[in-house]
Amino acid sequence: MSERLLIELSKKGRKAYCFPALDLPRGFEEALPSLPPQYLRLESAKLPEVSELDVVRHFTRLSNLAYGVDDGIYPLGSCTMKYNPKLSESLAKLSEFTCMHPLQDSSTIQGCLSLMYNLLEDLSSITGMNWGTLQGCAGAHGEYTGLKIIRAFFLTKGETQRNIVLVPESAHGTNPASAAMNGYNVEVIKSNAQGLVDLDDLKEKLNERVAAVMLTNPNTLGLFEKDILSIGALVHENGAKLYYDGANLNAIMGMATVGDMGFDVLHLNLHKTFATPHGGGGPGSGPVMVTEELRPFLPRPDIRLTDSGYVFDWDQNLSIGKISMFWGNFLVLVKAYVYILRMGSEGLRAASCHATLNANYLLSRLKGTFEIPYGPRCKHEFVVSCQDLKEKYGISALDISKALIERGYHPPTMYFPSLVHEALMFEPTESESVETLDKLADTIIEIVKKGIKDPDWIHGCPHNTVVGRLDEIKAVKEPNFRYI
Amino acid sequence: MMAAIGIHSLEELYGDLSEEILLSDSVPISQGRSEDEVIRMITTLANRNVKGIPFLGAGCYDHIIPSVVEAISSLPSFVTAYTPYQAEMSQGILQVMYEFQSMICQLTGMDVSNASLYDGANALVEAANICLNFTRGKNTVLVSSTIHPFALQVLATWALGTERKLVLLPEIEGVCDFTSLDEKLTSEVGGVLVQSPNCYGLLEDYSNLAETIHAKGDLLCISSDPLSLGLQKSQRQWNADIAVGDTQAFGIPLSFGGPTCGYMAVTDALVRKMPGRIVGATTDANGKRGFVLTLQAREQHIKRERATSNVCTNNALSALMTTVYLSSLGWGGVKEAASQSYVKAHYLAYHLAQLPGITIPWDKPYWCEFPLVFHDAKKMRKYIQELRNEGIYAGVRFSSLTRRSKDELILLVAVTEKRSREELELYLAAARRVMK
Amino acid sequence: MSKILSDCRYSKDHEWVKIKEGKAYVGITDYAQASLGEIVYVETPKVGDHLALGDDFCNIESVKAASPIINPLAGDVVEVNKSLEGQPELLNQNCYDNYIYALDKFNQSEFDALMDSSQYELFLQSK
Repeated sequence: MSERLLIELSKKGRKAYCFPALDLPRGFEEALPSLPPQYLRLESAKLPEVSELDVVRHFTRLSNLAYGVDDGIYPLGSCTMKYNPKLSESLAKLSEFTCMHPLQDSSTIQGCLSLMYNLLEDLSSITGMNWGTLQGCAGAHGEYTGLKIIRAFFLTKGETQRNIVLVPESAHGTNPASAAMNGYNVEVIKSNAQGLVDLDDLKEKLNERVAAVMLTNPNTLGLFEKDILSIGALVHENGAKLYYDGANLNAIMGMATVGDMGFDVLHLNLHKTFATPHGGGGPGSGPVMVTEELRPFLPRPDIRLTDSGYVFDWDQNLSIGKISMFWGNFLVLVKAYVYILRMGSEGLRAASCHATLNANYLLSRLKGTFEIPYGPRCKHEFVVSCQDLKEKYGISALDISKALIERGYHPPTMYFPSLVHEALMFEPTESESVETLDKLADTIIEIVKKGIKDPDWIHGCPHNTVVGRLDEIKAVKEPNFRYI
Repeated sequence: MMAAIGIHSLEELYGDLSEEILLSDSVPISQGRSEDEVIRMITTLANRNVKGIPFLGAGCYDHIIPSVVEAISSLPSFVTAYTPYQAEMSQGILQVMYEFQSMICQLTGMDVSNASLYDGANALVEAANICLNFTRGKNTVLVSSTIHPFALQVLATWALGTERKLVLLPEIEGVCDFTSLDEKLTSEVGGVLVQSPNCYGLLEDYSNLAETIHAKGDLLCISSDPLSLGLQKSQRQWNADIAVGDTQAFGIPLSFGGPTCGYMAVTDALVRKMPGRIVGATTDANGKRGFVLTLQAREQHIKRERATSNVCTNNALSALMTTVYLSSLGWGGVKEAASQSYVKAHYLAYHLAQLPGITIPWDKPYWCEFPLVFHDAKKMRKYIQELRNEGIYAGVRFSSLTRRSKDELILLVAVTEKRSREELELYLAAARRVMK
Repeated sequence: MSKILSDCRYSKDHEWVKIKEGKAYVGITDYAQASLGEIVYVETPKVGDHLALGDDFCNIESVKAASPIINPLAGDVVEVNKSLEGQPELLNQNCYDNYIYALDKFNQSEFDALMDSSQYELFLQSK
């Protein structure tokens, strides 16, 4: 059942919340001069007029029209949709956290500062880096920050000619976008036949104008860049910096550190690897970790431990400045910290191993149904191609995804990375049991069989959801972004 | 499972990691702990924080939050959902975003809103991006020095190491000084960013500002606390092109500053330049109304290095909280909260102004936050301490935002509708004891 | 098989150029419109704008893709196809009948440097 807009359910005069009466001495309000007319708002705003029960039912019904990890598997490649622990949720709701104002005197927020400091220590150990910042609100935000740090570093060295960033062709869109936002020009490194960075192309493109090379490892095809140490050596010989996109960290936590792989700076996605919930699109958190050399450039303030407790330290004159209004998404940091405490060193390692095991298992189940352009093994995610199915039977990656929706599953990532045609990228995560993986694989195999026999059916999927495939062209050509 | 894959041990899956990289053990952090242990650890940590009655503002305000907000924003299918790229199974999330966008447009008067950004400071950065991308050949943005000092720092960082320039518009008597603005709007300037209520809590008068800016073909962006829009003129009424701010005042707890929720709304002409996700209404093959993420051609996953912004993740769950809050209050409630905040702040200010040793400077209109200037640093410290002894956080030291010694005697005091009469009198009694 | 007209010249970014009455008309080729899918928006320059060779400020958008128009020869914009505002899909229906913008004060040598129809056909085959 679809749900009307709350404004459509409104009845004049209804309200859900009543404020307590203004309890000031009588006459004060009357005597108070009103704002001079040029400041006063004249028109009203059309907001819903509904009862509290209306609000509760409306949003509860809307939540029934949403699908979360709590509802079922979410095999989205590059997203690491693992289980969000409920303990993290409840501890992040402690009023001793939610009621803290960011500008309270440091002596009154030792709990917050201590948690952030401990988290930075743990993240430093997990990534094999020297220190970092928790101010980033998302992965893309972290990328922007890391690239800014690199820029600042080269400016102090007088190397102003370094204005190019190299990204592989399989890179996530935020990589080149973050580089462009920092004023860099972006050049693309080709992939070789194995789907990895083409070292010859990299060598050709490295020159004194390159500031950084951005990589993720494993890459977006789920393949580990086994030549990563050579890549790092080449980049550093050239005087450039190596940036790590932490989106795929779930494959290697506890098995390898980013620092050992030769990276200078990285961002993490706490809403991926560290199990904080996605919330329908956010909030996330994108800490940035760096080597000792880049530490002076981190955003301010830093957090330091002194004899009198934890303090914010604003005295970094090489700092790039601030990247968020306050200190980062603190409640998200709490959730990630809880996850790390619960998992511990052995738990993180096991998580990565099982994520990789699950991905390889799912791959083994699906390899008869799809072309597997790169293999035979993967890390925590893999890409299949539906190009063959498209050419032979007219079944696209989109069709299969929509059919999965009809069967009650969230589809994998579609059409990314673009170097695989009709791509579907699967990342089951370590959270899923073999039974769930088998059911998913069985369903996909059945969908493909049925789609071949009955193409009309699959092109029309999903048939049983509250709406069918939506007219995205109409959405652009007849724009409707608000209810009035 | 291993048999199906064709391996005998999990280690085989990491065979391509060379010796130098592969860890034999794991990373050097502590061993995992039980739930109970973790609860104890975190609770102990949390108890090192000290709660108090916050008369603190400066970008983060302690407003009343109806209990439905927490209840709804804890529903598992909202909390654990991904970005709604698969529209057919995400209508719930998409509709919430559509309602959020609609309400932001209603309050700001603008034509299109996006589905949230990280925070108000980053929304200002995105506005600056638009100012420089709307017309070619622009590299400068004029920025009011009465914008929140932290937001000014975030803007400065954005400009760092690029060709972008920020020119500060000076302050006069606590508000932005627009004298000679016309001369400052050179051909390289793309737009002007201002904030009201400003960093001191004062309201700014933008009469004729948009005209001057538009005459040069440039853009005006106004950042406003959205709850203040229950009382003060909307950004559209001032003829702004871009409206930004932070919806923390709408249903989001203080949270030590994060997560919060940035908002941005623009005129129709700018919709294709606006960053972030946008939800649109459309129909399916049966003519049924549905919602989709739309105009995705603006975004990084399509435009890549040609995207003007790299934004991907937003603050959807915080935007949900804001939507529930606004749904609970309605326009009447928003006006009420805005008005009570206004009256209570003026009540406190009126009585504080009677005390010796402090002044409320400039005699300019303000909403729910005002600056107190102390005549003596020692008295100021005593004041803050005395109130602290009563369990009250007296205000934000302006110098903690600017780190300038000339601001050391300024305390920003915020009073919201949540401050009870009792709390106000407690504050005043302590203030009187110190300042008499 | 992509449609190619013999009386146009072509850029390697899949724009066609035709000179008519002293103005250089610029549009996108059949290959380009097919790659984009249904076009939903065309961002055109303004009359009076000067465009340099290689300028990429104007975009063509479909639902899932965006492609810049890489200006194939320098000049001043004297005409813009207004019907694309309401009907961007005209570029899918007939990309050669529907120009996007026209330039004057262009350099004949830059026009001559563009590919002719057989060169463009070879170029497409090599892709």
